[in-house]
Amino acid sequence: MTATPGATPTIVLVGHGMVGQRFLEALGERGLTATHRVVVLCEEPRPAYDRVALTSYFSGRTPEELSMTDTEFIEAHGIELYVGDPAETIDRAARKVTARSGQVFEYDTLVLATGSYPFVPPVPGKDAEGCFVYRTIEDLLAIEAYAKAKAQVGAVVGGGLLGLEAAGALKGLGLTSHIVEFAPRLMPVQVDEGGGAALLRTIEDMGLTVHTGVGTQEIVVDEAGAVTGMKLSDGSELATDLVVFSAGVRPRDQLARDCGLTVGERGGITVDEQCRTVSDPHVFAIGECALAADGRVYGLVAPGYEQAETAAAAIAADETDQPTFTGADLSTKLKLLGVDVASFGDAHGTTEDCLDVVYSDSRAGLYKKLVIGRDGTLLGGILVGDADAYGTLRALTGSVPPVSPESLVLPAGAGSGAQLGPSALPDEAIICSCHNVSKGTIRGAVTGHSCTTVPEVKKCTKAGTGCGSCVKVLGQLVTAELEASGVEVDKGLCGCFSQTREELYEIVLALRISTYQDLLDRYGREDARGGDGCEVCKPAVGSVIASLAPSIGVSGYVLDDEQAALQDSNDHFLANLQKNGSYSVVPRIPGGEITPEGLIVIGEIARDFGLYTKITGGQRIDMFGARVEQLPLIWTRLVDAGFESGHAYGKALRTVKSCVGQTWCRYGVQDSVRMAIDLELRYRGLRSPHKLKSAVSGCARECAEAQSKDFGVIATSNGWNLYVGGNGGATPRHADLLAQDLSDAELVRLIDRFLMFYIRTADRLERTSTWLERIPGGLDHVRDVVVEDSLGICEELESLMADHVAHYADEWATTISDPEKLARFVSFVNAPDTPDPVVGFVPERDQIKPDLPLLTIGHRPLEGSAQR
Amino acid sequence: MTLAPETTDLKVQIRLDSPEGAWFTVCDLSRLLPGRGVAALLPDGRQVALFRDRGGRLYGIDNRDPFGGAAVLSRGLTGTHRGRPFVASPLLKQRFDLESGQCLDDESVRVTAYQVRST
Ligand code: SRM
Ligand SMILES: Cc1cc2nc3c(=O)[nH]c(=O)nc-3n(C[C@H](O)[C@H](O)[C@H](O)COP(=O)(O)OP(=O)(O)OC[C@H]3O[C@@H](n4cnc5c(N)ncnc54)[C@H](O)[C@@H]3O)c2cc1C
Ligand code: SF4
Ligand code: FES
Repeated sequence: MTATPGATPTIVLVGHGMVGQRFLEALGERGLTATHRVVVLCEEPRPAYDRVALTSYFSGRTPEELSMTDTEFIEAHGIELYVGDPAETIDRAARKVTARSGQVFEYDTLVLATGSYPFVPPVPGKDAEGCFVYRTIEDLLAIEAYAKAKAQVGAVVGGGLLGLEAAGALKGLGLTSHIVEFAPRLMPVQVDEGGGAALLRTIEDMGLTVHTGVGTQEIVVDEAGAVTGMKLSDGSELATDLVVFSAGVRPRDQLARDCGLTVGERGGITVDEQCRTVSDPHVFAIGECALAADGRVYGLVAPGYEQAETAAAAIAADETDQPTFTGADLSTKLKLLGVDVASFGDAHGTTEDCLDVVYSDSRAGLYKKLVIGRDGTLLGGILVGDADAYGTLRALTGSVPPVSPESLVLPAGAGSGAQLGPSALPDEAIICSCHNVSKGTIRGAVTGHSCTTVPEVKKCTKAGTGCGSCVKVLGQLVTAELEASGVEVDKGLCGCFSQTREELYEIVLALRISTYQDLLDRYGREDARGGDGCEVCKPAVGSVIASLAPSIGVSGYVLDDEQAALQDSNDHFLANLQKNGSYSVVPRIPGGEITPEGLIVIGEIARDFGLYTKITGGQRIDMFGARVEQLPLIWTRLVDAGFESGHAYGKALRTVKSCVGQTWCRYGVQDSVRMAIDLELRYRGLRSPHKLKSAVSGCARECAEAQSKDFGVIATSNGWNLYVGGNGGATPRHADLLAQDLSDAELVRLIDRFLMFYIRTADRLERTSTWLERIPGGLDHVRDVVVEDSLGICEELESLMADHVAHYADEWATTISDPEKLARFVSFVNAPDTPDPVVGFVPERDQIKPDLPLLTIGHRPLEGSAQR
Repeated sequence: MTLAPETTDLKVQIRLDSPEGAWFTVCDLSRLLPGRGVAALLPDGRQVALFRDRGGRLYGIDNRDPFGGAAVLSRGLTGTHRGRPFVASPLLKQRFDLESGQCLDDESVRVTAYQVRST
């Protein structure tokens, strides 16, 4: 079949990888998708995905999440995308591309973005069963399947950036892992000897075995042809069940060679500064398959993106904006196996007459080197073990730093160590090298486009949406810019306290402060002391006191004494206020499991009090439309039937959803219902900075949606995987895997620690998702603290939780047994039997709904203003 | 509940039509928890949200939230802003000055303020 182009010119893109996708976006941005027919031939069985983040598949990112495009984009731009259909031949004279399926496409412009292939050294046995490369999602799936089925030991050939990633992944799959590197050190391209030594030490401390200075000579196989080991150049043999080759990549230029395009001596399609092939003006090459005008093939994504923009501009023939690609920065930052490694600029000091400034502490696995030119210009550097300064230093490269170079490498605590902030950078400094965004552009986004948060700036400038290594500097810049433009970035909780919630938590815990007034009068802002506080800090402090109640010696019952006055309106009535002044009632239904009797009781109560009933999104039942004076009567019946408060009103544990699990489901591998119930009963009543939600799924099919919860648990055949920081709501976030294959006891202990650490350090109304994104070090830091106990506080966290569990009491049962508290549940203090006449209902679908009083009250009609 | 013994028998009164109207007795002072409100029903059917601050001062404003329409201002959280007492509506959190009834988030909105005393 031949697809003939009509009057519209056709662009054919071969290869839908990261750079290909970026090229399509650039076409769209320049309006070319509207004026051209765009055909994409994609070899892999799925459209473009984030290859840079490939390894995150092993920490739970699904192939769908790695995707870099969606049907909406493809459709909106009218792109013809042929997935799983690679280009096989190019006829340049006829300007035709033939795909494997036999389809033929005529082109006006052809763009090759075929990437590269992993180089496999020609050793005997390299094709044996159990030998893999590490490039595509399919590679990862195959490695995972093989590792799970039949491997205990794995070896990676190549100790470069990708080799280390692959070795980390094998370790994550539970294999004993080896790295074999021909060069005398790890990551030979990026780091020098000193950096390699620091890296080696840290990697070995993690239980990986590193063999440097040796080559692989032969892959040893058994009778069935499966890998059993590797012969090394020093004569030794390494027993291994699985081999991953990661010995570098080579440009995929075969298609180009076959049609006579010029390629470089060592591969790569030769292009000019517009990324146009030197042989044919109708053909472009971009990304890892291209040999750029500066004679280099770039194996990183940022230069590829730049080439994509360049080619799109050249095709648009845009006179006003004609970028050229003449070379790019090879800076890299890697965080893997918990080690930071970064190199930037002239990392190896190849510039004439340059000097090194080195700080090295091999005990701590730290190595920092800066390369400085004669005139003091920062030329490049290497950071191992602590790459916090990477963003700033990379951006400073090419200029004379405002402070002495020594002070830039010394650790923060050591004498004259200077923490150079991004404010020292010039406006031209490139902050995000993935998207080529300068500091000036970011500042402009804050001042000109009134972005006030990092997510807004990301959206507006694209900065930080690539590899993510610049996000930290981005955050610092945004804050600095806001401060500079006079927006006071007061981190205090509210007008009454200059401290953050976390600081107040520490004060309350350390000094055992038991009342809000005491805290306000001693630690409040000067002019707030002695006053009545406000509606922001009262519930926040009330929550801190409630979380710590048993440990600081106060009652855990939130309606006692002064605590009653601190609670949000809902907590004060232990129910959720609705728009007409009525309340909703949500009894706890742990794990979503309920007996027929329980259902009948709820049904009878709802019928007797005329309540509207609905199954909630949290696997329980909500009864709406109760008047305040009905709450105690309703709850007396619920408590009698064994129900407890569901805390639907509180910043506290809400629900632990469950799937039916192993007991009934043919796929289940653990009893998810029992675990959900256990967790819900353990953490019920726990007051926290924001609401807490959880779920337990009985297998990886994930019917309970645990990965959208603050803490989610998924059964594995070996135990439980714990995910944290998930969120639904307006800004959904997939949870991160915190730990794998935990026993029941290990799981509970980790959750105890995680929750208490969150409660201790989060801001007011900060869900675990935002907290995890905000706190310095993110997930890694949290893992260090709660899994490795790096701060030595786990015992305290566990004991705080033990106190909570031991002192839990159902607050509705306590309330209905206290006549003085019950007296508060009236519409009118002077007419306890009179219901509030404003609370009215009208029928809808056989139940009730609020009848909103749409009267004119005071000065303005109600409609319209209610939306505020 | 902590109560200063000398206040136990004091009564809370609202002036019906200020400034000369009669004082209407509502409840014992002990029913007002510092920092928390209660609602009272007046003989003509109007509702008043009554508050007591930590210094013991009493305030009364109309109970109805002029934005949401529900009679719930008595259930809001109270506080002090620039030395003046306020309540934040539990519906959409607008603040109201407890002495004047003025909405602090919208100049054009004000609810009736009542004189309140304890005797
Ligand atoms: C009743 C219910 C809707 C329903 O009929 O299904 C509901 C109702 C409310 N939700 Fe929800 N949410 C309900 C499940 C959910 C879920 C689903 C879930 O839990 O699996 C979500 C998304 C998951 C999540 O939270 O990550 C959800 C995300 C929210 C959010 C957004 C939170 C966020 O982090 O972005 C809010 C707003 C907030 O909390 O600030 C919210 C706030 C509310 C409030 C409190 C709004 C309000 O102030 O009136 C509603 C009060 C309910 C009441 O009066 O009883 N509700 N809400 C569900 C009660 C579940 C339960 O059994 O307790
Ligand atoms: C595990 C891993 C980690 C990495 N980490 C980083 C990092 O941290 N930072 C960084 O900058 N870079 C990193 N890289 C490199 C980065 O992924 C590449 O530089 C980038 O993907 C190059 O994009 P590309 O579009 O040129 O090639 P690719 O993304 O490889 O895309 C090329 C596509 O073309 C397809 N193709 C080939 N031939 C044909 C044909 N004949 N017809 C149709 N389709 C064809 C291929 O199947 C492929 O899908 C990493 C790579 C890997 C594998
Ligand atoms: S998550 Fe697994 S065990 Fe649970 S219901 Fe779904 S398929 Fe069954
Ligand atoms: S540098 Fe990669 S996202 Fe900014």
